[in-house]
Amino acid sequence: MASILVYAELSQGKVATTSLELMTKARELGDVYAVALGAGAKAAAATLGKHGAKVVHVNEDPAFDDYIAEPATDALASLYEKEKPDLIMFGFTSDSREVAGRLAARLGSGLISNASDVVAKDGGFVAKVPYFGGAKVASMKANGKPAIVLVRPKSFEVSEKGGTAEVKELDAAVADGSKRAHVTERVVEASEKVKLEDARVVISGGRGMGGPQNFPLLDELASALGGAVGASRAVVDAGWVPYSMQVGQTGKSVRPGVYIAVGISGAMQHTVGMKTSKIIIAINKDAEAPIMKMADLGVVGDALKIVPALTAAVKAKKHG
Amino acid sequence: MKIVVTVKQVPDPNSNLTLEADKSISREKEVVLDPGDECGVEEALQLKEAHGGEVILVSMGPERARDAIRKGLSMGADRGVLITDSELAGADALLTARALAAAIKSEEPDLVISATESYDGSTGMVPPMLAELLGFPQLTFAKKVEISGSTAKVHRQTADGYQVVEASTPALITVTAAIAEPRYASLKGIMAARSKEIKQLTLGDLGVEKNEPAETIEGVTDAETRKAGEVIEDDGTAVDKIVAVLAEAKVL
Repeated sequence: MASILVYAELSQGKVATTSLELMTKARELGDVYAVALGAGAKAAAATLGKHGAKVVHVNEDPAFDDYIAEPATDALASLYEKEKPDLIMFGFTSDSREVAGRLAARLGSGLISNASDVVAKDGGFVAKVPYFGGAKVASMKANGKPAIVLVRPKSFEVSEKGGTAEVKELDAAVADGSKRAHVTERVVEASEKVKLEDARVVISGGRGMGGPQNFPLLDELASALGGAVGASRAVVDAGWVPYSMQVGQTGKSVRPGVYIAVGISGAMQHTVGMKTSKIIIAINKDAEAPIMKMADLGVVGDALKIVPALTAAVKAKKHG
Repeated sequence: MKIVVTVKQVPDPNSNLTLEADKSISREKEVVLDPGDECGVEEALQLKEAHGGEVILVSMGPERARDAIRKGLSMGADRGVLITDSELAGADALLTARALAAAIKSEEPDLVISATESYDGSTGMVPPMLAELLGFPQLTFAKKVEISGSTAKVHRQTADGYQVVEASTPALITVTAAIAEPRYASLKGIMAARSKEIKQLTLGDLGVEKNEPAETIEGVTDAETRKAGEVIEDDGTAVDKIVAVLAEAKVL
């Protein structure tokens, strides 16, 4: 049976949801091992066990939290030499891709990134990767030993299987030479009331919002609906709103009950991060915008008029 | 201070993509210097203006990628290096990183600046590979860079704010589009760029051998698409329609 190693990303000592999603798929592909590094790793092992890990390799050295990428790369490289997993799975997140990139270069194995699925085939693995801007899906056979695949968040559903993992202390003292990119301060800016990834309604704005001064219109609608506000890459790059709001290939992936795209044309870079939403509503002045071809309801009109009217109607309905 | 900026020529983000017969993405259309790289070049020029030194652009691509380098030179970079080799067509991230690393090593830079990810691939895998191959620490997702002596300090964008991260140089920094507004090339800059050096190198010159690609494309199928629903002109009743959809989806 193939052996699968899942890199469990910890966020404030808890296993990231994306990592638990990977566990669901990893169970289908073979025997699952996980590695958790930094504060909370031992507690994380229990969670990972419930999600199907047979063994969790842990190390709670604070260097894993305080230094970017290199300590984790060292630990994974040494674990690879010992255990020789066939496949190493990472989430396609900013922290994981930095570790995966260094590891793939060190092992000379290369990697496949941005996958939406992984299947076993002929004793190896084939990753499904959005291609050609997301209009197509490429089946890519992994040639690397080990195969390293980074999978987009929200590609699989989290599910518990029950079980207890054997916890193994990963004997990997962090070398001083790897303590280089030092995190000296952490600053929290966003005080999101509802997390974008977890919201049942997401309202995202793009260039059609006209400017950052109009984003409060979306905030008001979001608070009336108990939702969260997202944005397209174009307006994040333009500096209108922070990156934490970006939905898309290089931002967050969301799967809410309702996604309202306001003034967003629907470039593939964006739609890849929201197209599995249950209902999509688009408001755009351009009837030919690509987003209109995938929306359940497309409204051609002036977003700056429609959004405030919608907020008022939502409030009236809730109180009426 | 010697700063290398990695630059890439990409299909114009404002034009549509097409596929080649071998299912690779066609490069035979309008191409531009990656807009993310323009921000990297701008940041490098600002650092040079503050600290002195030299800005070198390193690219991998076909012959015509000289145009992308030339664009950066017209903004004010000092010289360019283009790695071009028919063996590099369809190169995976690792081969790309290996070729870039070999060219950059001989420059012995204090800083390497890359965009967080390219506009066409958007996977951001080359920079961490490059940092590893160069043996540099990586300061990533920077929306602000400060250099003092041999220390580089960045504000690293995170999901809920930023981290302050620092390392000794030499280091590799990836920058987001928030780092700096790229300048327009002046007429003088465009004229000056014509006589700036662009050195051309092959894999043989660099002593790099091809690796087995990390992946083999077995097939390409159409992605599942959503069916278009109803599209209506807002005649004043659109809000009622939206409210009905929200109610039906049980979010209202």
